[in-house]
Amino acid sequence: MVNFLKYKVIYFLISLTVIGIGLFSIFKWGYYYSIDFVGGTNLEYQAKKNISQEKVKKILIKEKIDFKYVSINQKTISIKTKPLDEKKIDQLKKILEKDLDSSLTLIKSETVGPTLSAENLKKTVIACFLAILGILVYMSFAFKSFNYALAAFLAMIHDLLVILGSYSLFSHFFRAEVDTLFITAVLTTMSFSVHDTIVIFDKIREYLQEEGQKDIEYFANKALTETMVRSINNSMTIIFMLLALVFLGGSTIRFFALTLLIGTITGTYSSPFVATPILVWLEKRKNKN
Amino acid sequence: MRHFKIILLILISLLIIWIDLPENLRVNFKVLNQKIDFIINPLKIDGEIFGLKIKKEFKTHLGLDLKGGSHLVFEADTTKIKKEDLEDALNSARDIIEKRVNFFGVSEPQIQTLKSQGKYRISVDLPGITDVSSAIKLIGQTAQLSFKEETPAKDQKEATQTPIFLRLTKDTELTGKHIKKAQLTFDNQTGKPQVALIFTDEGGKLFAKITERNVGKPVAIYLDQFLLSAPVVQQKIEGGNAVITGNFTVDEAKKLAIAINSGALPLPIKLVEQKNIGPTLGASEVRKSLYAGVIGLFLVILFMVLYYGKLGAIASLALLIYGALSLAIFRAIPVVLTLPGLAGFILSIGMAVDSNILIFERMKEELRKGKSFEVAFNLGFGRAIDAIKDANITTLTVAFILFNPLNWEFLPQFGMVRGFALTLGIGVATSLFTGVVITKRLIKFFYKLR
Repeated sequence: MVNFLKYKVIYFLISLTVIGIGLFSIFKWGYYYSIDFVGGTNLEYQAKKNISQEKVKKILIKEKIDFKYVSINQKTISIKTKPLDEKKIDQLKKILEKDLDSSLTLIKSETVGPTLSAENLKKTVIACFLAILGILVYMSFAFKSFNYALAAFLAMIHDLLVILGSYSLFSHFFRAEVDTLFITAVLTTMSFSVHDTIVIFDKIREYLQEEGQKDIEYFANKALTETMVRSINNSMTIIFMLLALVFLGGSTIRFFALTLLIGTITGTYSSPFVATPILVWLEKRKNKN
Repeated sequence: MRHFKIILLILISLLIIWIDLPENLRVNFKVLNQKIDFIINPLKIDGEIFGLKIKKEFKTHLGLDLKGGSHLVFEADTTKIKKEDLEDALNSARDIIEKRVNFFGVSEPQIQTLKSQGKYRISVDLPGITDVSSAIKLIGQTAQLSFKEETPAKDQKEATQTPIFLRLTKDTELTGKHIKKAQLTFDNQTGKPQVALIFTDEGGKLFAKITERNVGKPVAIYLDQFLLSAPVVQQKIEGGNAVITGNFTVDEAKKLAIAINSGALPLPIKLVEQKNIGPTLGASEVRKSLYAGVIGLFLVILFMVLYYGKLGAIASLALLIYGALSLAIFRAIPVVLTLPGLAGFILSIGMAVDSNILIFERMKEELRKGKSFEVAFNLGFGRAIDAIKDANITTLTVAFILFNPLNWEFLPQFGMVRGFALTLGIGVATSLFTGVVITKRLIKFFYKLR
């Protein structure tokens, strides 16, 4: 049996560092939001020859188009602007073709109006709260004990903070956007986090029932030793799948897969190294009183 | 009984394989001087059973983001509609839009009305359509046809000095409702395209009256606020026909005829969202994701076999069955596969072996205690079930809320998130079955347990 709980200060410091960096990034840089939530137009063109970013920006300024972002990747031009109507989009393409002297193929054009995006944001927030509520209700049923549910909940919040923080870094450095897919990844991570914790807690409870209320720390260590292989193996299979998606999947879901990947790692980490130490601490405090 | 079970199992497996067959795959080879050349297609049911017509094609339905196409959302202006007429007006608007969309020859258009926080919207999905601006123009047209005549002027001087379109302001009783059919024709003399109108009986009578009282004067034909033409009436026209001339191209005249034929939208609509994805982008993303899925699957199988040996191989077999079964379910429902949906499915493959790992670790634990394989097998399955059940309920709960099955308006109704939730949910449920039931049978079979 390995005494995992001996190193709880180290686990705490690791979590503190990761979450600290993330929170710093959130407050310093924040996020870029997708047009689903703030409204706007995304355009993507395929050009026949190489185009300079400066030139595209100049044209947009000349046309008085309020753009937020222009990027060129090989011969693909991506432009992000305030909402444009159909006519303006048609016009813009003609002007770009003329001024850049290259025929362009419109490969993507998305517009979301401001009222719709505000509504999307509201609905997404409601969905998140409902999902969290669902998880909480389920947890209180599954654990039947407040301390178990609280420990699992705190581990879930830990994972949430890790994801939110690291996504803010992606947002700042790679312009990843907060979109509906990101929200989906966050919710999936939260459910996965609880899923993993349940397996360990089940084991701890089983030992306590079999051998009576002895030393919780001893049983927690025993449970961790028993479940560690399964936790790591289970996460490995998910991580294989997600790594394949991150490196080989298309660009549209790259950040989505990456978020899920980080979620899986932190979800796996938090169950033995965050939830369990907290549970042991809570139970010991309860027994002292 | 035992034989019966085996035969049933084989039949079910064959059915699943049949459903999963690739679409339009041409097989062409030579064997023993016999040329073999045929096209493989998945199961298709088209027939009658007990007087019930059944038609079902088992093929993969790809979402707009994978197939390419346009997603449009229009918001209806309901301010001028009475509350009790609202439902009817929206449904008829939906039907009219459907008629207009059919003109584009879209294979599977999806037109839905959505109610959200007091706002009414109509979403239109046009797979494969990339000429989105002309689609928006045609769909969004109110297409309210009206005929206007000259307002009686007080004195002659004023009448001749005002421009013609300012004089033609008096509405007549004749509107688009009185038109039976509009069609593209060509002028006999000039060969220019024009739109011929055929009135209903009532419309014909009204038109005759209008032309009778306006001989020598112009009568204007308006579509929405736009003047189409204002011909001067030569004589009273009976027989219920009229033509709209103007500087139309053939295409414009055709679209005008469609707009008139489909009828006027009962309420004005405004475009609030449009997403247009080119077909090449989608196709390359599908290829990449499938490639990623196959590599990932291979890694998972490799890992399972290396770590768990024979048991791992059995779990991998169950995993393959899981893949085939999920695909069959996707095709049977049918689930519209979007890119996030594909990601959800790929993720669920990773999660599917979880129940096997739980069971195997449990079995190893029992084996370490010195129990026989058979006892460890039974205990492993018995004890792991609780943890498996508990652990998967949270995932299913989240998938349920994200999928929003009752279409509650306070929850997101976007296709992307729903696609992910649906495939993840189906994936987890199916994996519970294959990971527990199928694996158990397979172990019994391969280890010759009773």
